[in-house]
Amino acid sequence: MEFSFNPDLKLYVILADVAFVAFIAMTLLGAIVAVGARQLIHAVLGLVLSLAGVAGLYVYLGNHFIAAMQILIYVGAVSISMVFAVMLARPPQEASMKPLMMATKVAPAAIVALFGGFTVGRAVITHHWEAAKVITAEGTVTQIGVNLLTKNMLVFELISVVLLTAIMGSVVIAKRGRGTAGGNG
Amino acid sequence: MIQPLLFGHIEVYLLVALCLFVLGLFGLMSRPGFVSMLISIELILNGAGLNFMAFNTFLAPDKTLGATFTLFIMGLAAAEAAICLSIAVAVYRRFRTIVADEISGMKD
Repeated sequence: MEFSFNPDLKLYVILADVAFVAFIAMTLLGAIVAVGARQLIHAVLGLVLSLAGVAGLYVYLGNHFIAAMQILIYVGAVSISMVFAVMLARPPQEASMKPLMMATKVAPAAIVALFGGFTVGRAVITHHWEAAKVITAEGTVTQIGVNLLTKNMLVFELISVVLLTAIMGSVVIAKRGRGTAGGNG
Repeated sequence: MIQPLLFGHIEVYLLVALCLFVLGLFGLMSRPGFVSMLISIELILNGAGLNFMAFNTFLAPDKTLGATFTLFIMGLAAAEAAICLSIAVAVYRRFRTIVADEISGMKD
């Protein structure tokens, strides 16, 4: 797929590029905060920033439906439940990291991550990506919905079972050991 | 016809997704807490979803498949987050900490 625009729209294309860079910066800065913050709640907020940036990138990829779902599910639901867990579990501040931990955990993790990143990044840059010649489906929301209930029916049902199991399982796990204060649990 | 400088190239999206994956991998291995590890896993899953959408938009012949898969990834991530967070709450009640290195049921 090629992106090309009318030359009259040059200013808008440049502005769109600037906004695109802003979304990328949002994604990466949020991810860095999410990984590096000392306070856990700051990490959760960084994750929210990063996920919102990814939603913006989905808009640039031409799929507004997925962008809306990203904001609804991730920025809305998942991060809220994380905030609840942070409040309920009162995690310790990880500020008191021992120097030993720096040598035994952070350095190996950085080496492994950088190695993987360089290897895959080189492959991404050097490979010549070739688009499909014939486009069989445009990917509208209607087509996605029809596909979900015809071609991908089994996966759709499986994921609903997974979600149901997850809901029941999390209720059961979180209820256990709570004592009798909350009823007959 | 003019071409956009950045957002018309698949490599940009793939490299951003790669950065998300690398940061998530680093966080997963270096952070000690349960919730921090879960945050890193969410970053990795988002990198995967972004990859799926990039390939879908630029390369795939059937453009419904990538969107469907991204939706499935989101559903799985939501289920996984719910389970992990309830486990974190349960572990905190039992051990009074959610630092993964300090939790051990056999030492004492």
